[in-house]
Amino acid sequence: MAFLRNNFRLLRAARTAGLAGCFVLGACLSYGQTTNSCLDCHSAMPDPLGVTQEKFSQDIHSQKGLTCTSCHGGDASSYDPTVSMGTKAGFKGKIDRKQVPQLCASCHSNPTYMKQYNPSLRTDQLDQYHTSMHGKRQAAGDTKAAVCVDCHSVHDIRPPSDPRSTVNPVNIATTCSRCHSDAAYMKPYGIPTDQFANYKTSVHYQAMMVRGDLSAPTCTTCHGNHGATPPGVDKVQNVCANCHVFQAQMYGKSSHFKAFQSLGLPGCVVCHSNHGIHQPSDAMLGTGPQGVCMRCHQPGDKCDLARVKIQSGLMKLDSSITNADQTLSVAEASGMDVSEARLAQTQARDELIKARVTIHTYQEALVDQDVQAGLKIAAKDEQAGKDAMVERNQRRIGLGICFLAIAIMLAGLWLFIRKIEH
Amino acid sequence: MISAIYRWLDERLHLDDLIAPFRHKTVPVHRLTYWYFFGGITLFLFGVQVITGILLLLYYNAGANEAFESVQYIMTKVRYGWLIRSIHSWSANLMILTAFLHMFSVLFLKAYRKPREMTWISGMLLLFLVMGFGFSGYLLPWNTLAFFATKVGTAMVGQVPIVGQPMMVFLRGGPQVTGATLIRFFGFHVAVLPGLVGILIAVHLFMVQRLGMSVPPKIEAEWVENPSAKREMKFFPNFMLREMMAWYVAIGVLGALAAIFPWDLGVKADPFGSAPAGIKPEWYFLFMFQTLKLIPSKVWFVDGEVLGILGCGLAGLLWLLLPFFESEQPSRPKKWITGLGIFALMYVMGMSVYGFLAK
Repeated sequence: MAFLRNNFRLLRAARTAGLAGCFVLGACLSYGQTTNSCLDCHSAMPDPLGVTQEKFSQDIHSQKGLTCTSCHGGDASSYDPTVSMGTKAGFKGKIDRKQVPQLCASCHSNPTYMKQYNPSLRTDQLDQYHTSMHGKRQAAGDTKAAVCVDCHSVHDIRPPSDPRSTVNPVNIATTCSRCHSDAAYMKPYGIPTDQFANYKTSVHYQAMMVRGDLSAPTCTTCHGNHGATPPGVDKVQNVCANCHVFQAQMYGKSSHFKAFQSLGLPGCVVCHSNHGIHQPSDAMLGTGPQGVCMRCHQPGDKCDLARVKIQSGLMKLDSSITNADQTLSVAEASGMDVSEARLAQTQARDELIKARVTIHTYQEALVDQDVQAGLKIAAKDEQAGKDAMVERNQRRIGLGICFLAIAIMLAGLWLFIRKIEH
Repeated sequence: MISAIYRWLDERLHLDDLIAPFRHKTVPVHRLTYWYFFGGITLFLFGVQVITGILLLLYYNAGANEAFESVQYIMTKVRYGWLIRSIHSWSANLMILTAFLHMFSVLFLKAYRKPREMTWISGMLLLFLVMGFGFSGYLLPWNTLAFFATKVGTAMVGQVPIVGQPMMVFLRGGPQVTGATLIRFFGFHVAVLPGLVGILIAVHLFMVQRLGMSVPPKIEAEWVENPSAKREMKFFPNFMLREMMAWYVAIGVLGALAAIFPWDLGVKADPFGSAPAGIKPEWYFLFMFQTLKLIPSKVWFVDGEVLGILGCGLAGLLWLLLPFFESEQPSRPKKWITGLGIFALMYVMGMSVYGFLAK
């Protein structure tokens, strides 16, 4: 009896284990195959209703486990449209543009909720948006004003760090230009539409797109992103100062700062322009087409005289550095080691850069200090190159003398061999 | 004065007995005699290497933080330092070139035949050691090219099955090329290799002295037919004076190269930097490097690089043992060895040029 009882227990245990196994197997097989009736239907629909599984799987929200119903409501588990898109299931349908910022903010403005996905993500986007020109116009009922999905796209929203994202630094300017370069779209607002075209000619665009420097400025760097707005005439230097710290400090203490403020001129932009900021050159101090000083100053006035001296000082240093470089290159091509002078040349270049920055003080004496320091180094380097060439010539003279001595020795040996062999 | 000093020494050391073999030694004179000079030129250049190497040691500092700067100091601040270093570098390259020329001349003149098999083997070992000198010395300035060339070169050693990895770690002084590798290579370059080369040169010269100069089989046959055509010259002073003329020419060439093309120092090695694009080894390793590049990554089931390295090793071993494949009958030399020699020469030259031009 005990034997039977024991065996019965074993059979029961085996049955329980078998059932548990079937359950686990079933769960495993069904994993990843949860019903999504939304995608099943909408993937077969044409745009704008079409959303494929492939597209939605690229979306950061999809990757974090959110589904269609998270934004649109409804019941994705049912294939009955009256259930899946029924009011009982809280189906919202297409989100009205006016509602988009609020809908996104329902999660993105909730620090507790967002912390579980990305603790470092800001949650003030909606507040920022309300301060932006887009937000203000949207609040005033302008349906053309940009909302979240206009910049971030919809159903395939990627994180900004993804190079395919519409808000990745390399794509931001293109994203903004979709509206801001569309003359017909922007017509009611009466603002220029050449910003993107100008930006593409700028040194900032070159840095971003050609050199691949993702820290280079794009639209949002100066205008802000969610709180995008023009910086304001009197605040331009604060925007530029984020990167160009020394220039801004010098400008802030200069005579130009006060003058520009009293005239209501937009600081840095007066000389450097805004979207189409080109690589600054010494020609900006000249009187040619690139010259900027004479747009305001009169020929022969005190400032014009200072301008001439500053420009000639910078050009002198630039040409001294170039001459020293050429002399050192000739010496290097002759095999001479001039690495020390080459290293010192970087200091001369630093002085030139420093002098070009010091221009923002608009004080001739201060610029001249840097120029003189650079000239001293460049002169020393050029002398090092010349000395190397003198040494190279001495080496060749020495070689000639050696050749002569060797020739005499060879002739002597040959004569001696002939003598002993005859 | 000199003869008085010599007499004084001879009375005490019996120098005449030592010099007697040199006085009696003769060198065959024929249309290919000038090939005999290349061994002497190689020896002379080795002497230049020893002298300039010792002078460089006065200022050189082995160590990842000091090596580059010390060579830079030699090139720019030390009086005639540029000349000594440039001669050392150019002489090293010329020595490898003349050693190769000497090896091929011995091969084509059939001078490796019995009884000179051991002279060939000692010579071949010297050639390998001279290339080892080149490889170890190349790293010593610790510049970018040298650093990455050493990295690639030692990694190739690591590909050898079974013993490769331990050998690579031994050469590098660790799993990576670091300052420890530099110290190790410095040790090989100034102590281990000179010691081995010194011994082998002594053995090589002893055998050359003992067995005399070989006469090519064709010329030997001509002399047998016409004994009056056989001509010889005394090794000392006649051949020696001619050899000295060749040495003077070598000094002239070295001086010209050093003065017109001082050896470049390059940029200090940065172990964390990336390798320069299109990096290549020195010219004397280029034919092997290009061969390895051309072998597919997989040959049947064998790794292509492993196959290439083993192939190069096997070819080197067979080359070393070449005299043992030669006929012992002087009148019936094996023609395929000459054919193989021509093929090898063409292959080395062709692959070197291809490697030089390839991107």
